[in-house]
Amino acid sequence: MATYQLNVNGQRREVTVDPSTPLLWVLREELKMTGTKYGCGISACGACTVHVAGIATRSCVVPVSLIGDRAIITIEGIGTDPVGRAVQDAWVEKDVVQCGYCQSGQIMSAVALLKATPKPTDANIEQSMGGNLCRCGTYVRIREAIKAASQQLK
Amino acid sequence: MPADRLALRAISVILAACGAWSVLALARPARHDDAAQKSKVGASRSEEGLAAWQQVYSVLTHPRCINCHTATNYPQQGDDRHRHFANVVRGPAGKGVPALQCVTCHQEANADSTGVPGAHDWHLAPLSMKWQDSNEKILSSAEVCRAVTDRSKNNNLDGAGLLKHHAEEPLVIWAFRPSRRIDGTLRTLPPLTHEQFVEATRRWVEAGTPCPQGR
Repeated sequence: MATYQLNVNGQRREVTVDPSTPLLWVLREELKMTGTKYGCGISACGACTVHVAGIATRSCVVPVSLIGDRAIITIEGIGTDPVGRAVQDAWVEKDVVQCGYCQSGQIMSAVALLKATPKPTDANIEQSMGGNLCRCGTYVRIREAIKAASQQLK
Repeated sequence: MPADRLALRAISVILAACGAWSVLALARPARHDDAAQKSKVGASRSEEGLAAWQQVYSVLTHPRCINCHTATNYPQQGDDRHRHFANVVRGPAGKGVPALQCVTCHQEANADSTGVPGAHDWHLAPLSMKWQDSNEKILSSAEVCRAVTDRSKNNNLDGAGLLKHHAEEPLVIWAFRPSRRIDGTLRTLPPLTHEQFVEATRRWVEAGTPCPQGR
């Protein structure tokens, strides 16, 4: 076991866990932040996506020991960011969600896309969101919402 | 001048000429032997260098290396070199695209519990260092050698730079320590150890980085 000082959504959080513990389980089990979802556990579905130092990252495959002082933003904190707020509003406006399980990961990836590419093309969206799976098949609405958020951010 | 002195001088001149000719005649074959010897040494060195290159080539074309030296818009995975899942794409800098960068999944170290490989700054090799054609056929030894030694394509690396790259680049070192697949089995390794690979590179570089002729 080791103790880590993490920067989560702008707050200093201390956890004492095994160094190999994936960030996902630190967030969910230790910090009780259950907005980030467990899907596959092998970075194949995107449900666990958070931002680490601004990079969309699959938290299920990042050992907490590799985080260091990099800032972590989760779905609980993304709404305080202007791009994050616009994306969440667009998600509501377009009624994207069906079962909702994958949607926190979808939103985190969409925000990362829009921060780097404010006016994404369909190809940009397909390529950037290709690692986020949705078993309900909400992909069309996800695309509409990303474009709506992009418009909102003009 | 008396006739006997004239005859003596003539004999002296003839003897001197013969002596000089003898010296030249002896000297000529000696110079030829030196050149032949040098040529033989050079050819032998080149042959050794080419043999070392073939060892290097056997590593470069192993899936642990060549899967990220594609000619396409995507990396490959596995020993069958299939397209990377999730439609992962190269992106403008070989590091993926905004929400799906290489480092979205590939961290600083291998993640044995999930089988996701990792090393510092995971990324694709630039297209100038493609070692496959657009149909994913591995290029010939001569073609790969020409690409690797072309400083307009290889990030301006000379022989010493190539040796350092093979010895120290984290992604090169990863290929020899690729750890486990998702099912817990070990990934296959290149045909040489890292130490043997570096040594083969050193012999190739010391021989002047010779490349095979032809296509």
